[in-house]
Amino acid sequence: MNEATRNSYRTGPDERGHFGIFGGRYVAETLMPLILELDQAYEAAKADPAFQGELKALHATYTGRPSPLYFAERLSAHLGGAKIYLKREELNHTGSHKINNCLGQILLARRMGKTRIIAETGAGQHGVASATVCARFGYPCEVYMGATDVERQKPNVFRMELLGAKVHPVTAGNGTLKDAMNEALRDWVTNVETTYYMIGTAAGPHPYPAMVRDFQSVIGNETREQMLAAEGRLPDLVIAAVGGGSNAIGIFHPFLDDPDVRIVGVEAGGHGMHVYNGHAASLNGGKPGVLHGNRTYLLQDDDGQILEGHSISAGLDYPGIGPEHSWLNDSGRVTYVPATDQEALDAFQTLTKVEGIIPALESAHAVAEAIKRAPTMAKDEIIVVNLSGRGDKDVFTVGKILGVDL
Amino acid sequence: MSSLPVTRIDTRLAKLKAEGRAALVTFVTAGDPDADTSLSILKALPGAGADIIEFGMPFSDPMAEGPPIQAADIRALAAGQTMVKTLEQVRAFREGDNETPLVLMGYYNPIYIYGVERFVSDAKAAGVDGLIVVDLPPEEDEELCLPAIKAGVSFIRLATPTSDDKRLPVLLRNSSGFVYYVSVLGVTGVKSAAAGDVATAVARIKAHTPLPVMVGFGVKTGDQAAGIAAHADGVVVGSALVNAVRDSLVDGKATGATVKAVTDLVADLAAGVRRGRA
Repeated sequence: MNEATRNSYRTGPDERGHFGIFGGRYVAETLMPLILELDQAYEAAKADPAFQGELKALHATYTGRPSPLYFAERLSAHLGGAKIYLKREELNHTGSHKINNCLGQILLARRMGKTRIIAETGAGQHGVASATVCARFGYPCEVYMGATDVERQKPNVFRMELLGAKVHPVTAGNGTLKDAMNEALRDWVTNVETTYYMIGTAAGPHPYPAMVRDFQSVIGNETREQMLAAEGRLPDLVIAAVGGGSNAIGIFHPFLDDPDVRIVGVEAGGHGMHVYNGHAASLNGGKPGVLHGNRTYLLQDDDGQILEGHSISAGLDYPGIGPEHSWLNDSGRVTYVPATDQEALDAFQTLTKVEGIIPALESAHAVAEAIKRAPTMAKDEIIVVNLSGRGDKDVFTVGKILGVDL
Repeated sequence: MSSLPVTRIDTRLAKLKAEGRAALVTFVTAGDPDADTSLSILKALPGAGADIIEFGMPFSDPMAEGPPIQAADIRALAAGQTMVKTLEQVRAFREGDNETPLVLMGYYNPIYIYGVERFVSDAKAAGVDGLIVVDLPPEEDEELCLPAIKAGVSFIRLATPTSDDKRLPVLLRNSSGFVYYVSVLGVTGVKSAAAGDVATAVARIKAHTPLPVMVGFGVKTGDQAAGIAAHADGVVVGSALVNAVRDSLVDGKATGATVKAVTDLVADLAAGVRRGRA
């Protein structure tokens, strides 16, 4: 191993799926043979030019990649500091970054000979992307979604149904993403021989965190090239919202070994970090534990029972975070900060009014951090914000809070 | 195996083997429906016919459990159950029973947060004989399995229909006490396996290990227990027992009928196990 490799932040995980103490494979024995098979199948696919070629071709004509890197000139002027660029993942087919991962995983599921797809979803973006690729490739699709989320993300539920998926509302717990993931795991244990579990974020047992990161790294790889073309240099600051953390690891990973690029992940601060169980900021308000197949930072009580957490954004309303983010947090390479529901709502409205772009409430957390930081930075400094999803799905939620009856 | 000290599990299973019958392994959730009733149930199990006790450590997110044990965990946590209380109940049970093997079963996070070294030491001191931790496959043996063995606590592994001849040696490495064969693909308390499939699977596992094989998942009645007992070293029953707790409650609270509801079912299951090889 040469010096450059040893100093890299990009070589993880190890062969057992560990990023430092985080990651791993904490699953029921029933699933282990399949998890090991998945690991081998993914390693083979990753090295297969035909697999990568098919994915690239689909991205070009089906997803609409590369997604643009847009200079938000009016927002930059409005804030009076750094130049802000938006990586326009919200323009992808299905309206978010989730399609990047789903296309990769459906090709893998087909390669493995699986005949049925299951997925969990919070905001419904991953559920819609899963249902979409299942329609495109002719697979039956069943999506587990917390009953609370079914209620607050109705447009996405209907989209999934139109795409031919069956949506199972999950009433256990608080009826949010954590409970949906439990139920998807129960389905998987029951139907492991036929079923491919399409996990939507860079979490779960190895190889999911690394695999989902790899599929999402197309975001950061494009951003690098586009930024070099636009400005002739790398950005000073990259910002992304973090729930499970797939859009964030996707844009962060290609920049991890560029020491001059500061990287900030924005967690859901909910009602505020001082409110017990009132936020979904695992790194800022949790501690390491084991859930859903990996060790990572979790919101939990003193007895190791998992808390539900809260966020205005269904996609960030999860008590854990991908294990690589936990490692990047502890290693100090990435800084993770919270943004409250109110800050996200304000950012949602600002971006909509100033740039004519309605962001997803998830992505609005990243915009909120840019709004805080840009005025403190010089005019020749550059921020890139990953605009991971569009906000059409959130207009009912936002309308309700603003007192508008839709 | 022979180098390990003789445990309550080994002693009990050797005795049953000499009697020529299968073991009844009963699962109840610690703290369900409340701490006092749970301790009364625990103390009543051996007298009702339980040969080995699995005591569930409740967890907020029991990923491999069906609705009955999910609900039992929620009841226990709502009543204020903690790991400290679970270990206290084991200690209280041991004051009156130094022979019946007791195995703690659950998920890793509450143990991890309690602290692994502290947990294995406190569990051993309280009188725990073995551990079954659903989300710790052999790939993660350094976490808890090896510290438990070092402390003299057996680590009991789940074998499943997906455990093929390549996988079985991996999962049997470092396992002791007995093997718990999960006889169907799925969560607890839903489906049950056909007796013929059980016989084949038990024979396959026994080709890889001298350990006794207990079979569970979906066993609800004495007759079902008898069918399984004909082909296995023991029968595990859990969801049916926590459902008996549930059905005895009024407004979510224990009643005078709660302990008896469990012991009546245990007695029926014990009779079934005893006629299994008759």
